Amino acid sequence: MVRTGDRVFQSLATGSGAFVVALIAAIGLFLLIRAVPSLQVNQVSFLFSREWDTSDIDNLSFGILDLAWITVASSLVALAIAMPLSAAVALYLTQYAPAALARPFAYVVDLLAAVPSVVYGLWGVYVLAPVLNPVASWINANLGWIPIFGDGNAPADSGANVFTAGIVLAVMILPIITGVTREVFQRTPSAQIEGAQALGATRWEVIRTTVWPFGRNGFVGGSMLGLGRALGETVALAVILSGASAPPEYSIFDVGATFASKIALSAAEFNHNLQVGAYIAAGLVLFVITFVVNALARWIESRSGKGEE
Amino acid sequence: MRTDSPDVERLATPPAFQQLGFGRKLKNNSATVVFTAAFGLAVIPLLWVLYTLLERGLAPLLTPTWFTNSFNGLLPTDFGGGVYHALVGTLQQAAVCALVCVPLGVMVGVYLVEYGRDSRLAKTATFMVDILSGLPSIVAGLFIYALWITTFGLDRSGFAVALALVLLMLPVVVRVTETMLLIVPDELREASYALGVPKWKTIVKIVLPTALSGILTGIMLGLARIMGETAPLLILVGYSSAINFNLFQGEQASLPLTIFMERSTGTAAGEARMWGAALTLVLLIMLINLLATLLSKVFAVKTK
Repeated sequence: MVRTGDRVFQSLATGSGAFVVALIAAIGLFLLIRAVPSLQVNQVSFLFSREWDTSDIDNLSFGILDLAWITVASSLVALAIAMPLSAAVALYLTQYAPAALARPFAYVVDLLAAVPSVVYGLWGVYVLAPVLNPVASWINANLGWIPIFGDGNAPADSGANVFTAGIVLAVMILPIITGVTREVFQRTPSAQIEGAQALGATRWEVIRTTVWPFGRNGFVGGSMLGLGRALGETVALAVILSGASAPPEYSIFDVGATFASKIALSAAEFNHNLQVGAYIAAGLVLFVITFVVNALARWIESRSGKGEE
Repeated sequence: MRTDSPDVERLATPPAFQQLGFGRKLKNNSATVVFTAAFGLAVIPLLWVLYTLLERGLAPLLTPTWFTNSFNGLLPTDFGGGVYHALVGTLQQAAVCALVCVPLGVMVGVYLVEYGRDSRLAKTATFMVDILSGLPSIVAGLFIYALWITTFGLDRSGFAVALALVLLMLPVVVRVTETMLLIVPDELREASYALGVPKWKTIVKIVLPTALSGILTGIMLGLARIMGETAPLLILVGYSSAINFNLFQGEQASLPLTIFMERSTGTAAGEARMWGAALTLVLLIMLINLLATLLSKVFAVKTK
């Protein structure tokens, strides 16, 4: 016997589930529909041009090469800092922290994620950047022969550059990577750990031989999640990196705009559908990239905890 | 002929692993130092940010007009005023977002646990919720822009912002509902069925109330998260330093937008207002987090 109430409620629940699926499809579809007309009248190569000029609707020219560089560079700087740090913090929380304090300590790290990104942006520009200036100048002076540490389109000690942005992003993605990694490390089978201990392994050797091989996939998955977050971060970067004049020189001392910050800062230009379409096209690229990165992250994560096999 | 080796008769020497070589000891100790230091390093930014906010934001926050006035009519160089207009916007937008998001998110969670289980739609929906939780907030804003403003031809408004925030809060609510429903013991459901209670009534009257504390906590945490979002605001609503209670019309301030806009004044007064608004926002988020913890204690299921 199927009651009416049951049928209604079940349809509601199933409908909500289907709605979520439709929602993601709608996001991709709407962005695509709005981007295509602008892409059709684009005067330059969308993927390979460094130009971005949407002021003249009859002569729209927009390419994403520079946006892609700033986005990727700042995210990679963030990953390079956050990945080792997160792994070490997760190991500390699961293997070293006193049992009574492990939970509160983990909570403190999670609190980093509660700070709004606009606040991180302010802190980055007003407080952190001046402190980093001597470091940036030193790197630029002594390692400048490596292209990415060479002169950017702004002085190395101007504070607001990809280097500062990357460090701020690292702080922002640290709780995500640490959270995922910590959970996987915690699931290391205690038989393996005790086995290693019984063989006389030191704590470090226990980590190297059991915890790390077991949790490595989870760590990589968590880092990908962090990367997805860093690629899409908007306001912190809009605050830190705004004020670019010259095109970037492909150094970490560049100033510029990421996909996300470019869109956010250009809202005043949203007057004509064709103009908006250019930004929507950039947003679509960002959507596709973060979709792929997140999907990959979940896939790697789902294989985590299986160790070597 | 003896087959056993002579050292069987000797007393066992202490096993090798009892004597830690210098190299292994050094490695182990340095690892301990490195991991402990990493935790210390990770906590520094949090304390540093909080210190900065208190140092620079406390003075404006403590002025008598801070929670009762707006910034309306102030010149960029005028000190004073308050964030009442921004609080109105932040709370209204968050409330409307929750109004749409909570029933929808809870129903998706109910579907995943009570109806879908291992069906293909449920698996797809779970995947899509994962993708949604990684959706950049600016893309959420752009989507609402493309839908609400370009396609429907409506104006920028606080309501459009609330819609974009729904996309960002939805995965949090779904995930927490799913997790909480999964730990409701099946015996509860079976007992209810045995009494002849229909499935939907079992879910509404037995399963959901049992999971209520966890779901409420998740909703609060989701709210705290979206209140700090700034990116969708920049493209979906204009900033006004005056009080506007109308979500559907006109420019409407909110705390994150106020922070962003006061920064662009470039004056000492604007900077003071900016830090004051930033401290207010973080305090609000901390308050909601605290409330979430309290709620989960008050409503906690009494096991046995």
